[in-house]
Amino acid sequence: MDLFEYQARDLFAKHGVPVLDGEVIETPEAAAAVAERLGGRAVVKAQVKVGGRGKAGGVKLAADPADAVEKARAILGMDIKGHTVHKVMLAQTADIKEEYYVSFLLDRTNRTFLAMASVQGGVEIEVVAEENPEALAKISVDAVEGVTPAKAAEIVAAAKFPAEIADQVAEVLQKLWTVFIAEDALLVEVNPLVKTGDGKIIALDGKVSLDANADFRQPEHEALEDKAAANPLEAKAKEKGLNYVKLEGEVGIIGNGAGLVMSTLDVVAYAGENHGGVKPANFLDIGGGASAEVMANGLEIILGDPDVKSVFVNVFGGITACDAVANGIVQALELLSSKGEQVTKPLVVRLDGNNAELGRKILTDANHPLVQQVDTMDGAADKAAELAAAK
Amino acid sequence: MAIFLTKDSKVIVQGMTGSEGMKHTRRMLASGTDIVGGVNPRKAGTTVDVDGTEVPVFGTVKEAIEATGADVSVIFVPPAFTKSAVIEAIDAEIPLAVVITEGVPVHDTANFWAYNNQKGNKTRIIGPNCPGLISPGQSNAGIIPADITKAGRIGLVSKSGTLTYQMMYELSDIGFSSAVGIGGDPVIGTTHIDALQAFQDDPETDIIVMIGEIGGDAEERAAAYIKEHITKPVVGYVAGFTAPEGKTMGHAGAIVSGSSGTAQAKKEALEAAGVKVGKTPSETARLARQLIG
Repeated sequence: MDLFEYQARDLFAKHGVPVLDGEVIETPEAAAAVAERLGGRAVVKAQVKVGGRGKAGGVKLAADPADAVEKARAILGMDIKGHTVHKVMLAQTADIKEEYYVSFLLDRTNRTFLAMASVQGGVEIEVVAEENPEALAKISVDAVEGVTPAKAAEIVAAAKFPAEIADQVAEVLQKLWTVFIAEDALLVEVNPLVKTGDGKIIALDGKVSLDANADFRQPEHEALEDKAAANPLEAKAKEKGLNYVKLEGEVGIIGNGAGLVMSTLDVVAYAGENHGGVKPANFLDIGGGASAEVMANGLEIILGDPDVKSVFVNVFGGITACDAVANGIVQALELLSSKGEQVTKPLVVRLDGNNAELGRKILTDANHPLVQQVDTMDGAADKAAELAAAK
Repeated sequence: MAIFLTKDSKVIVQGMTGSEGMKHTRRMLASGTDIVGGVNPRKAGTTVDVDGTEVPVFGTVKEAIEATGADVSVIFVPPAFTKSAVIEAIDAEIPLAVVITEGVPVHDTANFWAYNNQKGNKTRIIGPNCPGLISPGQSNAGIIPADITKAGRIGLVSKSGTLTYQMMYELSDIGFSSAVGIGGDPVIGTTHIDALQAFQDDPETDIIVMIGEIGGDAEERAAAYIKEHITKPVVGYVAGFTAPEGKTMGHAGAIVSGSSGTAQAKKEALEAAGVKVGKTPSETARLARQLIG
């Protein structure tokens, strides 16, 4: 989960990383009191989870509380690269002398953590990495050892921070590492980390991404979710514990196992090339269990998606037996019609593997007018695409 | 032969007495795996009757190894306890630890991986978030259904569980030397490269099928390795061509970030290394079938 800047700032403050005072607001009128509290002058910053907001006009300097209201009014509701601004943060102004870059992240390739630092901050770090790679220091961090004072000093030296601020930056690095560890982060990035006129080191803008697998031991992270921004179908699926991602096509997909479902999306997209370019409408992995209830929940979400014109249920019975899945489908359709839902979209079902024949027989016997079976994955994908295109 | 797991493997189960652990211990036993014990400190000294087989429970992995000569541990404990279970297995220097658990925080995996390196890499770790591995007709360590296929001469390595089953099913008449599910997390213990190397060295494997998916650069690195070191024919498949950028597709590691980790890049890298890449799982199976003759 990627956080907003203000949320990153809060986590930084919680773990002792020096930040400027600030507050997030959702209406222009609220800006006056906050600017007043911050001393009159304030920076008004759009809160969007996308880079390049400065260039897009999403960061403005306000001279006084009245100006802050105007600037907030201008920025709220703005569209930045497809993201609507619903919140702005007002922050104290800073007397910036230098801009640096520091981050900690997961290094998948080397199966460890990585520190990156540069004295060329304030610009997109991808640009620095591309144009001037020697200006970006990359130091591997052992997951067991962590960022010790010696490791922090090594990062500072590698990035060639000036001697007079070396100790201060090293201290900030250790605190950022605390954020990284304590919050189960996948990324903690400060850009820019600034040196002010009075020689202070401050994290002016931050980006944090958190590991959802650690939610069980990070109870406070749930409150950081941007529930308003979530797609309503995705939000509903999440409530029901389903692994669902909304896509832009017309063929609803249900399958078991992440790899098989990803593969199903691809196969449907290929088949769609022969049927007017229809595409998969979603990713939905119902996992190993695939009980009637899970199947009903999944079908309910997918049939409730107005974009969906046909549904492809693709199950390989590994641990799950196909007869159980078939019963699940039959019961799910009964359950939905008993709840008064009009099921009008055709379902193409492909069952293979464990007890496939029994499963197919159950569906054949149920003889549901909207359900048809195709024995192979490629054939079923073609049928589902054809049905979606015909609608 | 086979890789990593043979008929001589003596298997223990960490978390055997939990519901998942018990269900799969039963299945592993039924498929002929030599299960020599379970580990649960609270039930040490007892035995568990698994469909007529008395399986002893030990307090620690170390005790289990001393008493039984176990050389494989399959780990079913919940995410919150996985790190300490793996570290216990590493400390006991068990040669193979298969981590089935899904949902392990990546900090924990990075941590036990670093710890294993520190201890001299005496334990091969497979997973986490994987179905385990099977050498059909010999042994089965994990949750892969044993009845899909038989022993044969194809080696399979895959990030995905169900695609492993699908591929084993499509090629069930030819059979497999070993099938290894390496898992879909961003950090995993055994990689495609480790399995490719082992299959290359295994005289009973004639061709290799490799299944990848979006996220990271493991497939690209595997492609480079194949070019340099693998002389056996390799057939590949990559899932996730239609996955949008920035969305996690079920597996924690399956995410396209910016322009990196795309299925297209992985397919191109594999093809440049001489790997035949199928467009669908079924086409991949057909390519494998052609190569084996």
